[in-house]
Amino acid sequence: MSFFFEVLIGGLLAGVMYSLVALGFVLIFKASGVLNFAQGSMVLFAALTFVSLTERGINFWLALLATLAIMVVLAILTERIVLRPLVNQPAITLFMATIGLSFLLEGLAQGLWGSQPHGLNLGIPDDVLVIGDMFISTFDLYAAGIAAVLVGALAVFFNKTRVGRALRAVADDHQAALAVGIPLKHIWAIVWAVAGFVALVAGLLWGARQGVQFALTLVALKALPVLILGGFTSVPGAIVGGLIIGASEKLAEVYIGPYVGGGIENWFPYMLALMFLLIRPEGLFGEVHIDRV
Amino acid sequence: MIYRECGQFKTSYGSDQAIFPIPQDRWGVMLALLIAFMVIPAIANEYWLGVILTPFLILALAALGLNILTGYCGQLSLGSAAFMAVGAFAAYNFELRLPGIPLLLDFVLAGLVAAGVGIIFGIPSLRIKGFYLAVATLAAQFFIEWSLTKFGWFSNYSSSGVITAQKMVILGYDFDTPLRKYLLVLSIVSVLALMAKNLVRSETGRAWMAVRDMDVAAEVIGIRIMKTKLMAFAVSSFYCGVAGALWAFAYLGTVDAQTFDLHRSFQILFMIIVGGMGSILGSFIGAAFIVLMPIFINLSAHALFGNAIRPDLLSNMELIVFGGLIIFFLIVEPLGLARLWQIAKEKLRLWPFPH
Amino acid sequence: MNPKRTIGDVILEVEDIALSFGGVRALSHVSFGVREHEICSIIGPNGAGKSSMLNVINGVYHPQHGHLVYRGKRIRRMHAHKSARYGIARTFQNIALFKGMSALDNILTGRNLMIKSTFIEQAFYWGRARSEEIAHRRRVEEIVDFLEIESVRKVPVGRLPYGLQKRVELGRALAAEPQVLLLDEPMAGMNVEEKEDMCRFILDVNDEFGTTMVLIEHDMGVVMDLSDHVVVLDYGRKIADGTPEEIRDNQQVIDAYLGVAA
Ligand SMILES: Nc1ncnc2c1ncn2[C@@H]1O[C@H](COP(=O)(O)OP(=O)(O)OP(=O)(O)O)[C@@H](O)[C@H]1O
Ligand SMILES: [Mg+2]
Repeated sequence: MSFFFEVLIGGLLAGVMYSLVALGFVLIFKASGVLNFAQGSMVLFAALTFVSLTERGINFWLALLATLAIMVVLAILTERIVLRPLVNQPAITLFMATIGLSFLLEGLAQGLWGSQPHGLNLGIPDDVLVIGDMFISTFDLYAAGIAAVLVGALAVFFNKTRVGRALRAVADDHQAALAVGIPLKHIWAIVWAVAGFVALVAGLLWGARQGVQFALTLVALKALPVLILGGFTSVPGAIVGGLIIGASEKLAEVYIGPYVGGGIENWFPYMLALMFLLIRPEGLFGEVHIDRV
Repeated sequence: MIYRECGQFKTSYGSDQAIFPIPQDRWGVMLALLIAFMVIPAIANEYWLGVILTPFLILALAALGLNILTGYCGQLSLGSAAFMAVGAFAAYNFELRLPGIPLLLDFVLAGLVAAGVGIIFGIPSLRIKGFYLAVATLAAQFFIEWSLTKFGWFSNYSSSGVITAQKMVILGYDFDTPLRKYLLVLSIVSVLALMAKNLVRSETGRAWMAVRDMDVAAEVIGIRIMKTKLMAFAVSSFYCGVAGALWAFAYLGTVDAQTFDLHRSFQILFMIIVGGMGSILGSFIGAAFIVLMPIFINLSAHALFGNAIRPDLLSNMELIVFGGLIIFFLIVEPLGLARLWQIAKEKLRLWPFPH
Repeated sequence: MNPKRTIGDVILEVEDIALSFGGVRALSHVSFGVREHEICSIIGPNGAGKSSMLNVINGVYHPQHGHLVYRGKRIRRMHAHKSARYGIARTFQNIALFKGMSALDNILTGRNLMIKSTFIEQAFYWGRARSEEIAHRRRVEEIVDFLEIESVRKVPVGRLPYGLQKRVELGRALAAEPQVLLLDEPMAGMNVEEKEDMCRFILDVNDEFGTTMVLIEHDMGVVMDLSDHVVVLDYGRKIADGTPEEIRDNQQVIDAYLGVAA
């Protein structure tokens, strides 16, 4: 039984990280109606930039600041070059544009800093914590803690601050937001910058665990099922969805995996999310929506 | 003779409903086929036939499949390569387990298996739309890749999961040289392209487009959404499946599940974005563009920087160029190169009186 | 008068229909009947539930309560694709054409239920597929002529001006050769001339084919001219039902409209 809990807790801790990445998606989706497929490439871009800067002898905090600045510039450029010209296009067109963007960012990141993997040490202790007869990684605990703080901060930002409320107004009705004088383009740039920040944190945490390399872009693929489960627009959906996916993925790998040859964590979350959707198409926290004609 | 529509009065609706109502189009297609079947075999060398033209044709077929689903029926799929994988492995297994099965029947069966799998993964489209569905198709991509790797039966328990395609023989004739393979692929692709063209100009195609453009209205005029979408998934996967079988049998010879990974799916998606959503011709133009672009980048990089250029830099340059192009096309001409071609034709059609 | 125009028995009844979206009550216990060959108008202020009523009739919305009776058959839950099979066609308030397709193809889709060839035949454009295509094309050209849209038949409808789009949408509905035609504000946003054309089309269709019509319209002049029968909705409730003359003199109707104006 304690083995079960050990797996469950490991899964939940990973799940917090999924929630974090998923939140990056939700943020952009709520404010601009774009499912940003490039989120994973942003994670890679941020992490690679940060590591490369520190490896060139730049102080940790300075590198962090510089990377953040670069992500903000990237956000503004994205708004200018990609989003603004596509403003009135169907959402699916914007989605495809972000697939293009993800290629662009991957190419840029590796073109600038090289394709070889980097190690990353954030100084987070990586020991094993023994509780009863369960073994829990302290790194995962710290990482989940940092992610949780960030998730909480974002939720507050979204619900309590002026900018956050403006964001939600934009999400609910672009026209209305314009009518009350919220400059859409600023909002978009802000949101993308915040998403860039989320990508940076996720990139650091993930990179510290598995190295900074191309595979980091796959983190985004982990977050997508979380989104189908929780809904693209729901902050609580992203949080709960992340936990569910994290936990069930690890449990499935341990308890189902051996019977089918393992390696199921790539597709299991997708299947889970799909099954769920077939039963409840509006997602965890979504409302039933009937197309108006 | 100039390309134009006015002045050529159609004498019946029958001729106006013909596949290429304008004679110049008809001749254009004839000419293209003539070049493809007669001229190219006479002048192209083995490198062009085997390394450029054959894969181009096969990818064009896959793009055509995706275009049916995404361009015509409006269901974005990120898993087309997975259905190619199904086709490749199915064709291999039919040959393996039913020795002596006619090659063309083998390809058709492989396509049908892919179609069946396509229908299964199309079922979510009945309840979810847009990018929810796009994300759901990733499930197909990952699940199929995984099962073909994990279950040894599919690769006849080869240790690395690699399958080696059997020889292609029709009625004792061995398709073993690049030229012969090219001609076989060309014939199959031509026939399937013609059938696709017929489908999209008939009721089936109109139903697809109706569902794509306004599903509520489509249902109200009696179109069954479920049947229409699943049909699009089936036909699309059939095309991708045959393309996958050809990829294994006529191009690479040996493949494994990773030959058909997510990257390949994106490559095919890019073809229809660049070439033109909802255009048969666009699938071909897009495939040509995407196949030739890396060669072009490679050549120009070497011309500019000599051999000093690092190969990984080259592949990153490819990523940048592709990504940039996709964004460029979506912004400037969402209907792709095929639309530009059409505009050019319309200009010609009215020339020299633009109004 | 054309014998087809003689108004017959009630063929379509809505009975006790109640529909709500979350907390919004769109329709509360509405009942009325439509007689064969008549032109029945539904009027009422914005948000009264008129469009919702049409959506209930052809199965786009499913009411929580009540049912339809169509030609004596009681239907608890209408499905959109079934309503087409019952011979009920429809146009929409916010044009719902297939934007990427030509006017001709849009109208052709209206005939989808009459097509018998299988997709295999269509893939080879062979046998029935070919002959059907040509036969239906001929019928569609007649509709194109009738609606006077010959010059734009090959243009993707997304590029047509609003008034022409409305006509194409009517054409798509007519192509199904419906027995009941539901028209949601067919003249909204049109100038006087376009409105006259549209009225003429509606009357011609009703006259020539005896098509029963249920029409939503805000222009009282048009309503009074066209209708045999008027149903008035207000806040999801039916407040009046009768001939145009009766409606004109009904105090509750006057109040509802004045209430909106005030
Ligand atoms: N799909 C839907 N989802 C949620 N609410 C809806 C939907 N369709 C209609 N409503 C609500 O139902 C009520 C009635 O709407 P309906 O469109 O039927 O009015 P209407 O009489 O056609 O008005 P108008 O003259 O403006 O067209 C409105 O309050 C509307 O907001
Ligand atoms: Mg209305």
